[in-house]
Amino acid sequence: MTASLTSWGNYPSAPQSAHPCHWQADVGPQWQRLTESHSTTLPFGNGRSYGDSCLAGSDHVLQLRPLNRFIEADWDNGELCAEAGVTLGEILQLAIPRGWFLHVTPGTQHVTLGGAVANDVHGKNHHRCGTFAHSLMCFGLHRSVQPPMVCSPQENPQWFAATIGGLGLTGVITWARIRLRKIQSSLIDSTRVRFDCLDDFFALSADMDARHEYSVAWIDCLAKGNALGRGCFTAGDHRETGPLEATAPHSMSISICPPVSLINPFTLKVFNLHYWKRQPPDRQYRTVAYNPFFYPLDSIEHWNRLYGRKGFQQFQCVLPASVAAVAVGELLKSIACSGRGSFLAVLKRCGDIPSPGWLSFPMPGTSLALDFPQDIELTKKLFPCFDAIVREAGGRLYPAKDAHMSGTDFRQAYPAWEQLEAMRDPALMSRLWQRVIR
Amino acid sequence: MKRILIVGATSAIACACARLWAADRSELFLVGRDREKLQQTCADLQARGARSVTAFVMDAGDIAAHSAMYDQCLATLQTVDICLIAYGSLPNQHACEQSVEQAMAQFTNNGSSVIALLTLLANRMAVQQGGTLAVISSVAGDRGRPSNYLYGAAKAAVSTFCEGLRARLFKSGVHVITIKPGFVDTPMTHGLTLPSWLIAQPDTVARRIVAGINRQVAVLYVPGFWCAIMLTIRAIPQSLFKRLNL
Repeated sequence: MTASLTSWGNYPSAPQSAHPCHWQADVGPQWQRLTESHSTTLPFGNGRSYGDSCLAGSDHVLQLRPLNRFIEADWDNGELCAEAGVTLGEILQLAIPRGWFLHVTPGTQHVTLGGAVANDVHGKNHHRCGTFAHSLMCFGLHRSVQPPMVCSPQENPQWFAATIGGLGLTGVITWARIRLRKIQSSLIDSTRVRFDCLDDFFALSADMDARHEYSVAWIDCLAKGNALGRGCFTAGDHRETGPLEATAPHSMSISICPPVSLINPFTLKVFNLHYWKRQPPDRQYRTVAYNPFFYPLDSIEHWNRLYGRKGFQQFQCVLPASVAAVAVGELLKSIACSGRGSFLAVLKRCGDIPSPGWLSFPMPGTSLALDFPQDIELTKKLFPCFDAIVREAGGRLYPAKDAHMSGTDFRQAYPAWEQLEAMRDPALMSRLWQRVIR
Repeated sequence: MKRILIVGATSAIACACARLWAADRSELFLVGRDREKLQQTCADLQARGARSVTAFVMDAGDIAAHSAMYDQCLATLQTVDICLIAYGSLPNQHACEQSVEQAMAQFTNNGSSVIALLTLLANRMAVQQGGTLAVISSVAGDRGRPSNYLYGAAKAAVSTFCEGLRARLFKSGVHVITIKPGFVDTPMTHGLTLPSWLIAQPDTVARRIVAGINRQVAVLYVPGFWCAIMLTIRAIPQSLFKRLNL
């Protein structure tokens, strides 16, 4: 059977024909076949990129998820080498009982190792640890016209830098070796604080980020006026003692895709109000399992289906520290005015640890992520307004989440794009790249 | 912890079963044709927690090699708790109709070589007075369908052989389980056009197989709904069946 794959947001809707690679030795022949029949392709992991960065220009992808073997696990020193299709969740299942955890994890454990490198993902500890590249020791890169190579800061450093955040365009990452971090317990000591306005967020963030490894904030983006930017700040650290238990991520699943989005202005209003009221007004200290702390949305399998057949778009930007407060305020004002709140609105301060990746997304400042059900108005009205604010502030959008940014904005925000284009494998092309380099 | 021999260890279903056993700190002896694939599988299982993993390169079609393989296995594991026979190939039915050579080669690979291997393993395990022989047959063996009857015939031979063997070895304390998978998302079925609800993932299939082995089930359909599907297909009278193109 030939499976049909989609991006996480299912927008643009472009089903991809999957050409699976079950063994590392399959990559070369499978790729060559695809090049002959469709001229270009793109490596595809577990389909957690939201927009069109994981969609091939030819709509035929090299499916690497079946490449999911571990190659070597050194539990004494916390080093793990695995094929590119292994997911971070699969790594945690093995690592946690042995007292290890990922240095950097994004908000879902269902991304593959290859995808984590190609998008240089970051997480709630960006202010302390930087991006995924921080834990990356080396990886194998397969190019269409040269023998496979090993890339590390010492070996083929140009390819190392180009491939981290390189959106899968420099070649196929077949395996990667990462460092893990020691943990004493799989539990997290978390602190939750409600804040009443945007200024309070920045004050809290400055205070809490210095004391806690992980931090993130949820924003009630329907709040207006004095309450603009109210939300809930969550910080956490690995607990010093306790059990080491890896738990299954799913507790429920959305088995069908409704014809229309179940997330609409009405359900959002109810959710946001309820969620805000549920937050305790005073500081709350709790011990929680790692799963709900890092991966709250993973508990609902296929939650993206809640947005219906048309799918959804995420708008994730990072704004430079000096102007972040003003720019985030403006963004929130335009959402509140539009009346189309976002179910997920996440604010997070990014630190100043640079990534070796040329096209890595984070920069010192503040990142804001918003989800919207897809409709025509989005790209016509709301996003142009957001884009102008981000442009003005000197910020940038996250290619892994994007399905709309203009070529001009992309090239302005990522000046290293020309270097990446020069090193792109001619037999690889994504829909995103086609869209932004013209 | 169990001591397990897997023949056809690089097949997707075998790999998925082996991962479950590895997580259980089992000792594994893996047999396959391709040295490189075997080594990659060994490394994976080692990292996943297997107490020990040994690779042995053998083409199961080479019947003369079976005995030496089992000697080596026994020397490594001391006793064998489970033997999983998981190799096979999905032939092109049309090609098998046109070429006697192809038809016989496919029948040997999916049928007679398995019977040869089982004959040897049965005698060796009977001496041991215990253990389980788990054999991956197929739902295709339940009825000879025009689209797939060469493969079906080979699997039917295996299933019938296993049924007799089960009754014989019962007296020696050895259990035989016939595993009948439906369509599983593996390299073997890539390219077939099938409705997605019919296709099971290797992980799901493996969990059912490992549980079935533990429960000492005699015949195991995986996923379970294939039992109902095959019951229906078997109930179709010949007069109608020969007019269908199943």
